[in-house]
Amino acid sequence: MKKTFQILVALAMIFLISCNNSTQTPANPSATEASSDAGQANVKDDASMKDIVKVAVGSPDHTTLVSALKQADLVDVLANPGPFTVFAPTNEAFNKLPKGTLDDLMKPERKTDLQNILQYHVTTSALKADYFKDGQTLGMVNGDNITVSVKDGKIVLNNSATIVASVQASNGMVHIVDAVLLPPAKK
Amino acid sequence: MNTLSKLTAIATVALVTFMVGCKPRGAQSAVGGDAAQKTYVAPGKYDEFYDFVSGGFSGQMSVYGLPSGRLFRVIPVFSVDPEKGYGYSEETKAMLNTSHGYVPWDDLHHIALSETNGIQDGRWVFANGNNTPRIARVDLKTFRTAEILEIPNSAGNHSSPFITENSEYVVAGTRFSVPLDNANGDVPINTYKQNFKGTVSFVKVDTSGRMSIAFQIQTPGVNFDLARAGKGKSHGWVFFSCYNSEKANTLLEVNASQRDKDFIMCVNWKKAEQYVKAGKAEKRTVAYAHNVYNENRHSATSEIEKEVLVLDPKNCPDMVYFMPCPKSPHGCDTDPSGEYIVGSGKLAAVIPVFSFTKIQKAIADKNYDGDYDGIPVLKYESVLHGEVQKPGLGPLHTEFDADGNAYTSFFVSSEIVKWRLSDLKVLDRVPTYYSVGHLSVPGGPTRKPWGKYVIAYNKITKDRYLPTGPELAQSAQLYDISGEKMKLLLDFPTIGEPHYAEAIPADLIVKNSQKIYRIEDNQNPFAAKGDANARVERKGNEVHAYITAIRSHFTPDNIEGVKLGDVVYFHVTNLEQDWDIPHGFAVKGANNAELLIMPGETQTLAWKPDRVGVFPIYCTDFCSALHQEMQGYVRVSVPGSNVPITFSTGKNEPTGPIAQNK
Repeated sequence: MKKTFQILVALAMIFLISCNNSTQTPANPSATEASSDAGQANVKDDASMKDIVKVAVGSPDHTTLVSALKQADLVDVLANPGPFTVFAPTNEAFNKLPKGTLDDLMKPERKTDLQNILQYHVTTSALKADYFKDGQTLGMVNGDNITVSVKDGKIVLNNSATIVASVQASNGMVHIVDAVLLPPAKK
Repeated sequence: MNTLSKLTAIATVALVTFMVGCKPRGAQSAVGGDAAQKTYVAPGKYDEFYDFVSGGFSGQMSVYGLPSGRLFRVIPVFSVDPEKGYGYSEETKAMLNTSHGYVPWDDLHHIALSETNGIQDGRWVFANGNNTPRIARVDLKTFRTAEILEIPNSAGNHSSPFITENSEYVVAGTRFSVPLDNANGDVPINTYKQNFKGTVSFVKVDTSGRMSIAFQIQTPGVNFDLARAGKGKSHGWVFFSCYNSEKANTLLEVNASQRDKDFIMCVNWKKAEQYVKAGKAEKRTVAYAHNVYNENRHSATSEIEKEVLVLDPKNCPDMVYFMPCPKSPHGCDTDPSGEYIVGSGKLAAVIPVFSFTKIQKAIADKNYDGDYDGIPVLKYESVLHGEVQKPGLGPLHTEFDADGNAYTSFFVSSEIVKWRLSDLKVLDRVPTYYSVGHLSVPGGPTRKPWGKYVIAYNKITKDRYLPTGPELAQSAQLYDISGEKMKLLLDFPTIGEPHYAEAIPADLIVKNSQKIYRIEDNQNPFAAKGDANARVERKGNEVHAYITAIRSHFTPDNIEGVKLGDVVYFHVTNLEQDWDIPHGFAVKGANNAELLIMPGETQTLAWKPDRVGVFPIYCTDFCSALHQEMQGYVRVSVPGSNVPITFSTGKNEPTGPIAQNK
């Protein structure tokens, strides 16, 4: 399974790089092969620990999230040095949304709404599970807050999404959650 | 003769003045219309070559890209670098140790890239310390100084670190002759001729890169200037240029220019190896530092070595010969085939080209012109391939392309002259702006020149750049040599003073470039591998803080219990395993530099607080969006205070009613 994903990532990179080359103005003919201009998520690096994007891409349970991040232009952002904490809803969590919600959000004209929802799952500091405290408020990237409750060792966000596992990435923490967090309605 | 040569010199100066006066001003005319296109490397594209450029009196080595001239890095080698904590952190101080103690500066002149079969291999780059004689090795996986070896019996390691074609040896010829280390040095300076000696050292490089002095050869008291190893047919020999065969000890400007010819010294090092094996070398007691940086312990050790083997040519026939070379030779360069040795007499009106085949024949025929201090002098005409006539004024250095052409720099006439090795005809000349010293062709000193460009390293840039007060930048100038005519493409300022430089195809280095230090391999005894190991411990009046750094906090970030009179050692481990994410570390008022800690690395900063109070610590390298939050405090109490050692991150919450200062 892991292999398949690696191959997919490799293919995606080749695609991105070749796309990129076609749009480039011919520079010095002697300049050797270089980095692509495809963004930080495409830096070739097998030595470092995986960043949040690579962790998500490598997880079979997060294919929906990865598609959504791409649609929302958030892939390169999450390959930035961060640090980030990402609450990563599983495919199953997305499936729990009312029927048609996700398909609707994936439409180009709903991009802003999709970004708003996804950015509500990201905060700019690397918070390990044991940093969470009952009653804590977290400011999320989209500008809204999340409330944390910790009961019997269980960490629940907005009384709806439970952290089921945590993965350390090079640029922060990925906490896998079992529900999609919906930002408060705009006033 | 003397008067005549003086007259020639005056005429020359007059001629140069005249020529300069007539020359059209400005470089516009010298730059072709396609120059920008040829040097433009688009954003996000890599350069074709790395260019390793000596930093001269900065003591450092700089790394540029060619053809763009973009500066990528300054590698600290012989001088401290507060930016990287080099020479300031506890781990790196030992790199700058010498038999004279800690020496925080040197003068780095020449570059030698490692070779296999006479071709650059991209493993290491060597450099010489000209002032306190040393050779450094930089590891090209990490672009860090990995080793520094002091050279005993030397005074000014100028003729260095030129390398043999399989990196068997780097050499070190002393610029100054002196009373050698174990002789009585308390002698009148004007007893030079009796008491002063020279040496050349052969420094063995093993397969891991580690250096050791295999042997030294004691020589007459001349000044060694530059050198090149033979290659191909002349592999097994090294050629050293020398001046001051007059053995002057004062006003060398005049007194070392008396003789028509000085020498190039030819050393058969395979013969020397046999003499060492046969026990002909004398073991001498000396003292020299050998500093090695351990990649796993992230720290340097310095040992003082005590012995060196010295060969005396008097006891070792057929090992050393002198070859007459006009007027204080500077550059001494062997062509890619190894057949030709080009001498560049600073004050000479011709460039002599010597033939290795003829040298061998002259030796076999004992075609000598007497001897110099007992060492045979080969007859000039018998070893000469020919002379390049009227090439320019003040020839210094020569490099080669793969097509049988040579490129010589001329300091006095500020130009590069292209000429052909076979018939010694001058083919082309281009001006440099101004006063070129060294020049280099990528791969130019090897058996396989990559060609394409010649780069001039200029001493003078008056009116070339925006003025910056009395001191101006030195410069590099890039010329296209792919056609018959050399074409100026670009110039760019350099750090310190560039002397020699070597360029190498980028892919020979890129493929080996290291991204992180693996935390599992971190064997620094002061590492804290993970937050659970972060702690603060008191040992007498030393406080050791084992701190971890990861985006975007230190653990611990609140430290109390330090007392005035303590020495605090901050051992900071960067827990990141992510390329290009160093963390920095600094503490207010430290009489020290910062630390710059690479991913997976541990480095230590020593701090002696000078007053009671609370001292901020912070990360100095913009590591993340919350870099500005990456900070902490250290409390320093009065001597004898009973504040216990405590430390934490995220636990030391504000308490009770806020205490008011009284």
